[in-house]
Amino acid sequence: MYVAVKGGEKAIENAHNWLSEIRRGDVNVPNLEIDQIKEQLTLSVERVMSEGSLYDTDLAALAIKQSRGDLIEAIFLIRAYRTTLPRFGTSPPIKTEDMVCMRRISATYKDIPGKQKLGPTFDYTHRLLDFSLLAEGNIPKAEKRKVLKEKIPHVLRFLNKEGLIQKEKNNNYQPKDITRNPLEFPANRSERLQSLSRADEGFLLALAYSTQRGYARNHAFVGELRIGYVKVKYNIPELDIEIDIAEIIVTECESVNQFQGSKKTPAQFTRGYGLTFGQLERKAVSMALVDRALRWKEIGEEFVGAPAQDEEFVLSHCDNIQATGFLEHLKLPHYVDFQSELELVRRIRKEYEKNK
Amino acid sequence: MERKFWLSTLATCNDAHLTSLWEKFGIEVNFTWLRKPEIGSIMCQGKIGVTGNNFNFGEVTITRCQLKTSQGKIGHGYVQGRNKHKAEIVAICDALMQTNKRDFLIKNIIRPLVVGDKNLKKDVMSKSESTAVDFFTLVRGET
Repeated sequence: MYVAVKGGEKAIENAHNWLSEIRRGDVNVPNLEIDQIKEQLTLSVERVMSEGSLYDTDLAALAIKQSRGDLIEAIFLIRAYRTTLPRFGTSPPIKTEDMVCMRRISATYKDIPGKQKLGPTFDYTHRLLDFSLLAEGNIPKAEKRKVLKEKIPHVLRFLNKEGLIQKEKNNNYQPKDITRNPLEFPANRSERLQSLSRADEGFLLALAYSTQRGYARNHAFVGELRIGYVKVKYNIPELDIEIDIAEIIVTECESVNQFQGSKKTPAQFTRGYGLTFGQLERKAVSMALVDRALRWKEIGEEFVGAPAQDEEFVLSHCDNIQATGFLEHLKLPHYVDFQSELELVRRIRKEYEKNK
Repeated sequence: MERKFWLSTLATCNDAHLTSLWEKFGIEVNFTWLRKPEIGSIMCQGKIGVTGNNFNFGEVTITRCQLKTSQGKIGHGYVQGRNKHKAEIVAICDALMQTNKRDFLIKNIIRPLVVGDKNLKKDVMSKSESTAVDFFTLVRGET
């Protein structure tokens, strides 16, 4: 039996009105502008773009404001908006070798062409609260130094030259778009990476951490981490001319992992790959470690039952919008479901009493 | 100057910079829409480990439009983001670049945009360079 329940419209309307009021907060405090979020909460904006899987700083900032700073709610808004957009096409792969780097480091080589450039990082800060930010303190100016070499080659190229690291397979595989075709298992690495790139940062961090602690250990080094501007290309269909249609900030991490070797092949390092929108170092490194863990079969490792190795587990649970959708629906009325269960428990108890 | 170059410059330039340059010269152009500005996205791809297979990385918002000027030139406006006004300006510029206004536009719009972007990148690179690590080694004991 299905019983439709109506009612609550007025309560919902009033709840939403209160939400709007409480979002605004104390009206004596200046209203938060979208530009302020865009300029001063950049890492929140970039996280929303990454997990929303849509690069648009204005929309991400708006979503953060609308969601009162709840980033998963903001990501939800972006995902919902994304589905309304007509798709004009697909870009050829971005060229991270042409990146204008803000930050570029390697934990495997000290002296590298293009140097270790720390960029605007939290690393090496003392994690002490800076009370001068409470007041409008002086803003120190970033130093500048003359740039001698603009192009910064990838570090792993050097390992590649010596054959010390596995080459990436390239068979011109045409990746399926998981936003259009449901993910199937076993998944190709391309689809896995699309999934991981839009995955929840916290989930990836926990999984990556688990591999470090011994659950499918693959002993990772950050071969290279680079953050900066890259161009997105697009072929204008009416003209058949390929132009730079967009410029985005991305973070790329190439990990160098546990080596493999056998009687037939000499020892070689293996690799993992992470790529995210924005400056999301924690996520990019986590993604590379999880990517590497998921490659156990292809690399010929043993499946030890670790969560990070389990493709179906990882890919089915890494999307925070899917997860929150299913979880939060528990708050919606389940009166009828619950009534039937209640009735059942009462009946069982009655029978139990009778037979006692 | 190739069409590829000016379309790339216009698509990725700073919105406010283009608008201010455009309004400074107040060029009036009569045109009819072939396609009014519409907002959509493109799927941006990445390459696994820089050299491997492609994968779908995420989408980027794009606005596009097409117009035909009274002179009969067709202009394409493709820009990053959701600024319809910018797409319109770009389409008009693209149409005018095919006329005798070309040199004027190169000098007063395209070049300043290129310089603006170059300065921005130079700024990023030189700040990044200032954070380059100079290693030195401490030698202990007798040498």
